[in-house]
Amino acid sequence: MEYAITFSNIGYTYNTQRWILRNFNGNIVKGDVFAILGPNGMGKTTFLKILLGLLKPTEGTIQEHGRMAFVPQLFQVSFDYSAFDMVLMGRANKVGIFAQPSRSDEEASMAALERFGLADMAHRPFHEMSGGQRQLVIFARALVAEADIIILDEPTSALDLKNQELILRWIHKLSREEGLTIIFTTHHPHHAHAVAKETLLMFGHDDYICGKVDDVLTETNLKRLYGVNLRQIDIDNQGEILKTIVPVYTGFHR
Amino acid sequence: MINSALFIQKKTPLILGILLLSTIIVSLGFGSYPIDYNRITEIILHLLGIGDYAVTLKEIAIIEYIRPPRILVATLSGIALGVSGAALQGMMRNPLVEPNLVGVTGGAAFGGVLAIVIGLAQAGTILLSFIGGLGALLSTFTLAKIMNLRSDGIALIMAGFFVGSFCLAGVGFLEFYDKSGALPNIVYWLLGTFRGADFTKLLLISTTTLIGLTVIILLRWRINLLSLGDVDAMAIGIDTRKLRWIIIIIVTFMVSSQVAVSGIIGWVGLIVPHIARMLVGPDHRLLLPTSALLGGLFVLGLDTITRSVTQGEIPVGVLSAFIGTPIVSFIFWKTKTKGWNE
Repeated sequence: MEYAITFSNIGYTYNTQRWILRNFNGNIVKGDVFAILGPNGMGKTTFLKILLGLLKPTEGTIQEHGRMAFVPQLFQVSFDYSAFDMVLMGRANKVGIFAQPSRSDEEASMAALERFGLADMAHRPFHEMSGGQRQLVIFARALVAEADIIILDEPTSALDLKNQELILRWIHKLSREEGLTIIFTTHHPHHAHAVAKETLLMFGHDDYICGKVDDVLTETNLKRLYGVNLRQIDIDNQGEILKTIVPVYTGFHR
Repeated sequence: MINSALFIQKKTPLILGILLLSTIIVSLGFGSYPIDYNRITEIILHLLGIGDYAVTLKEIAIIEYIRPPRILVATLSGIALGVSGAALQGMMRNPLVEPNLVGVTGGAAFGGVLAIVIGLAQAGTILLSFIGGLGALLSTFTLAKIMNLRSDGIALIMAGFFVGSFCLAGVGFLEFYDKSGALPNIVYWLLGTFRGADFTKLLLISTTTLIGLTVIILLRWRINLLSLGDVDAMAIGIDTRKLRWIIIIIVTFMVSSQVAVSGIIGWVGLIVPHIARMLVGPDHRLLLPTSALLGGLFVLGLDTITRSVTQGEIPVGVLSAFIGTPIVSFIFWKTKTKGWNE
C-alpha cells in the first residue's frame, strides 16, 4: 500500500506546559479521502497546518509524498480579484519570482474553471460568487497547482445543503478520477460517511483513534467525541444500503 | 461587454503613459515666466544647433537648466510615491497604508534634517534619509509585533502613526536647537517642494526610482499572491517573508530618496492607488504601472499648478494635502471601500 503522508509521534506546543497535539501516529493512503473530526479547539487546524508545513512539529516526524494544496475555511480575499485571477494564482510555484504567468498557465487555469463548470464566471469578482462556487474556484486553483494532496479546512461549514452535496461530489470525483489524496476536517459525521475511506477522531490533545470509517464512526465513539446522542442508520436506497449517522435531540417537544 | 472593458483596462497604462509624456512637454511652458510653445520649439532647435533663432540667455537657462530637472524630479517623485503606495497596500492587504502612515516618511525626514543640521553634504542627506526611513519602518513592524496583532491589520497603522509622530517630534527638536541657520530651508523642504531641483537631485531620484520601479514591476504578480494573506500564500508555495522584505527595502529606498530631494509629499501614495484601482481593477500586474504613471501625472500636475498659478509657490506637500483630503473622503464615500472585503 502506497502512502501519501506518514506521521510518527507528532507533537506540537507553544510552550511545554500545554500540548496542542501529542503522540499522533498514522498513515494516509494515496488516493484516499481522509476525514478529520473533533470538537472545536482540539487541534484540527493545527494538525492541518503541520501537514501543510506551515507549522513545524515540536516533536515527531512527518513524511509527505507529493505536492500539497490547501483550501482554507471561509476563504476571503482583500481585493476584487476575478475567479480566473484566483485560479491563476495556483500556478505560483511554476512561475519564477520575477516572471509573469505564461499563456499556458492561463490556458490551464481556464481549463480548470471549465472542468468545474465555471468558465462563464471566469471574470466575475470572486467575492460576488456563492459559497459553493468559491469553494470550487479554490478546488480549481488546487488542480492547476498540480497538487497530489488537497487539504480542506471545513469545506462545507458555511454552505447550504445543495452546495454541501456539490462539494462532497467533487471531493469524491477528484479522488476517484484524478487519484488525488483528499484530507478534510468536518463537524458532520455523515459527510465523512458519504465520501471518506478513513477517518481520524480527535478526542483530546493526545487521545485519538484513526481507522476505516465503518470501524471508527460508531455511535459510541461519536457520543464520546461530541457528548451528544447519535444514531447510525442504514438506508435502503433502491437496493443500495447507505450508512449515515444523525444526532438525536430529545426532550424538546414535551 | 466584459471583453471590451478588459481591453480598455489593459490599454490604460499606455493611455496614461502618453498623457504623462504630453504633460511633461506641456509643463515646460508653464511657470512664473510663461513661454509659448512655438518659442519653446525655437529654443530647443537652437540648443540642438538646428536653425538660427534669436533666443535670450534667460530663455536658455529656463528651458535647459531650470524646468527640465524640476519637471522630471516631480514626475519621478510621483511615480515613486504612487507605486510605493500601491505595493504597500497590496502587500499589507490594507487600503489605508501609505509610506507616510507606516512611518517611512517621518523617519526619512528626521534623517534628512539631522544631516542638514550637522552640515552634511547632499549625499549625506540622502544616506541619512534612507537610514531614517528604513529604521522607522523596522520600528513600526517591531512595535506592531510587540502589540501582538497581525502585521496587516490596524496595529500596523497604529504603530506607524506612533513611530511617525516620534520621528516628527525628533524633527521638531532638531529645528528648535538648530544653530546652523538652516531652519527656513528645513521648514520649506519639509513642506514638500521641487524648488531648487537640479541635475544632482535628478540623478538621485532617477536612479532609485528606476531601479525600484523595475523590481516592483517585475514582482507585480507576486504582490497579487502576497495580498491573499500569509497562510494562503504559503499554502500555494510562496516564501512570503523574503518577498515582503524585498518590497519593504525597495519602497524605503524609493520613498527615502523622494523625501531627500523634495521633502514630505503626503497623500499621493494613498490616493493614487485608489484611483488606479477604480480604473484598472485590483490585479497588480496592471495596478502597479497604472499607479506609477498616475502618481507621476498627479505630482507633476500639482507642481505645475504651484509654479504657475499660486503666488510665491505654495509647497506641493501643502497642496497635495489640501487636494488629497477631500479626494480620499470622496473615494471612500463613493466606493464604500468596494474591492476591500475585510
